[in-house]
Amino acid sequence: MLPRPAIGQAPRRPARRGELTRAKVRSAALLLAPMLVVLAGVALWPLLRTMAFAFTDATLSSMDEAAFIGLENFYNPSWGGLLTDPTWWNAVGNTVRFTLISVSLELVFGLVVALTLDVPFPGRGAVRAIVLIPWAIPTIVSAQMWAWMLNDQFGVINAMLMGLGLIAAPVAWTADPDTAMLAVVMVDVWKATPFMALLILAALQMLPRDCYEAARVDGISPVTVFFRVTLPLIYPAIAVAVIFRGLDAMRVFDLIYVLTSNAEGTMSMSVYARQQLVDFQDVGYGSAAATLLFFIIALLTIAYIVVGRVDLSGERA
Amino acid sequence: MRRTSAVALGIAWAGLAGVATPPHAEAATLSLACSALGIELRLCTETANQWARETGHTVEIVSTPNSATERLALYQQILSAGGDDIDVYQIDVIWPGLLGEHFVDLRPKLLGSEKAHFPALIESSVVDGELKAIPWFADAGLLYYRADLLEKYGAAPPATWAELTEVATTVMDGERAAGQDEMWGYVFQGRAYEGLTCNALEWVDSFGGGTFVDGNGEVTADNPQAVAALETAAGWIGTITPTGVLNYSEEESRSLFQSGNAVFMRNWPYAYALANSPASMVNGRVDVTALPRGGADGSHTGTLGGQLLAVSRYSRNPDIAINLVRYLTSRVVQQRRATEGGFIPTIPALYEDEQVRARLPYLDAIYETFSAAVARPSSQTKDKYNRVSNAVFNAVHTVLSGEMAPAEALSELDGELNRIKRRGW
Repeated sequence: MLPRPAIGQAPRRPARRGELTRAKVRSAALLLAPMLVVLAGVALWPLLRTMAFAFTDATLSSMDEAAFIGLENFYNPSWGGLLTDPTWWNAVGNTVRFTLISVSLELVFGLVVALTLDVPFPGRGAVRAIVLIPWAIPTIVSAQMWAWMLNDQFGVINAMLMGLGLIAAPVAWTADPDTAMLAVVMVDVWKATPFMALLILAALQMLPRDCYEAARVDGISPVTVFFRVTLPLIYPAIAVAVIFRGLDAMRVFDLIYVLTSNAEGTMSMSVYARQQLVDFQDVGYGSAAATLLFFIIALLTIAYIVVGRVDLSGERA
Repeated sequence: MRRTSAVALGIAWAGLAGVATPPHAEAATLSLACSALGIELRLCTETANQWARETGHTVEIVSTPNSATERLALYQQILSAGGDDIDVYQIDVIWPGLLGEHFVDLRPKLLGSEKAHFPALIESSVVDGELKAIPWFADAGLLYYRADLLEKYGAAPPATWAELTEVATTVMDGERAAGQDEMWGYVFQGRAYEGLTCNALEWVDSFGGGTFVDGNGEVTADNPQAVAALETAAGWIGTITPTGVLNYSEEESRSLFQSGNAVFMRNWPYAYALANSPASMVNGRVDVTALPRGGADGSHTGTLGGQLLAVSRYSRNPDIAINLVRYLTSRVVQQRRATEGGFIPTIPALYEDEQVRARLPYLDAIYETFSAAVARPSSQTKDKYNRVSNAVFNAVHTVLSGEMAPAEALSELDGELNRIKRRGW
């Protein structure tokens, strides 16, 4: 433990950095500046503007005449506001449920796929490329594709299941409120598993081989090796992959909008915000929803990082 | 514009003899936003260019998104910024209330020529006493049926929903017994979107249950007739209607009907030509009639749809733009659009026109529907119409999917609509 400085005495400064280090920092800052400027323009500015709109009563037809109304969009005694809107909380619940289920499934399947692709076999390179196809297709396209595949009368999914004798009558996957969320989750899992697999595979490729040699010499079962050696070693990579996917899933929009439009049973926070902004022209209220969405995602991510002790800076690697 | 030529124009556009602007006037360039879809775009371009040749002005066509939602968002962005990029807008029949503040009042310039159109269509374009748009072509919900199957089972086209349920059940069961095990009785648009509001309005109105919000802006969603209407509709799901209809829009229901797997279908007039085209499996066996009544004391009805033309307040040449709108909505152009593109005229006189009748065999069914058509409550709910529609289709959707009983859903809808209304529309 460091001796505590006496009161009134400044703590000791760290040694001054060398000239060379400062020059490096300067050139690094110069090189990063263009990127930071662009990011500020395309990401930070819209975000701040949305947050500013959240405290006004702007509508699409009168964006310029918006008046500041404080927190009324979030809560007010007269008509409730966002925090008392059951539809909003339903959308929050849907989003959280969708995220938990789909990311968990993607993690499990991604792990299985990654472990399989980590084993050398003939044609492995080709298989690795093919596995990535679902991830390469734009979501809007794959959502439309699945919408037809899941169609109750002409859908190939029903035809296959009927052919196998698993279902007696065609199921209206995206229409029935009980199965609509399931369908959305399934399409998301199909699409994002390759991404998960790719990140985990990258971690697997970097594992030190000597642990495995030692384990083999000691005659330890492969299952024990996986849980005692592989999993702890790739945990940081998994944690980062889960954060990436979690962030993505929390702001899900296109998939749900294409498969089930504005139906409340599957409405996500983003679908809600867009509906308020575009369909109802309520820019103020829609921005309030978008702002709250931002903070909910931020909070959940921070909570995950803290609870999961995720190492984002890579210092412990 | 000189008064004399204005009066001459007011009489009729028949020969386009009176040219709108005196020859010494400055030639203007107008931009017209219309649909970007095949035949629609072609007709829009050709008729606008025809006007341009007659008047010496130029018209630029601006293609707009096909999706109504996207189109509305684009219009609002341009209009709320006071942009003069577009002079003449093609708008949906439910938008005058939403966008009205940005459009000029056409009535003073039309000199009564708007009286040639169906009154119901003109009324739905009046906001706060101003005529915001002129109808270009009309649409209404219709009942499509398989004439061959009805004949086979000796049934007449149904006049009430109860008859439709009965006929659909008979034919469906008979066809399934004969080995057509994918046959269904009735398909419509049940996805949670504007189309479901149109369908629900037809059920409720045909039972005499009003239009959710009446002409004075009072919420009327919760009444016994509306409950009866929704009970009837909910009874179809899973019996004569596939559960999948809960996610069908127009095209999904049409594809099911066109592949020969449904006896009845509710759809807009556009489906007629497609269902009777060589590519259709039921080609030549499809007929159309007005939608059924709710009961003995109900009425035949259909939700009004269609497109209107409006002139932007920010246009640099509003008078010339109004002139273009008058030409495009005139009898001559509507006749051509009907015969070439199948667009339903909004001028009753054209319903007697031989060429139009030959092109649109279902004109009588449409005429009957229009004389009792029901407008969505958009002009009274103004910029809150989308919220109203959203509340309606979500409530109806929960009823159709069996999550809620009609009476309960409608009383909740009543409360929801009053919440949306707050202190007034």
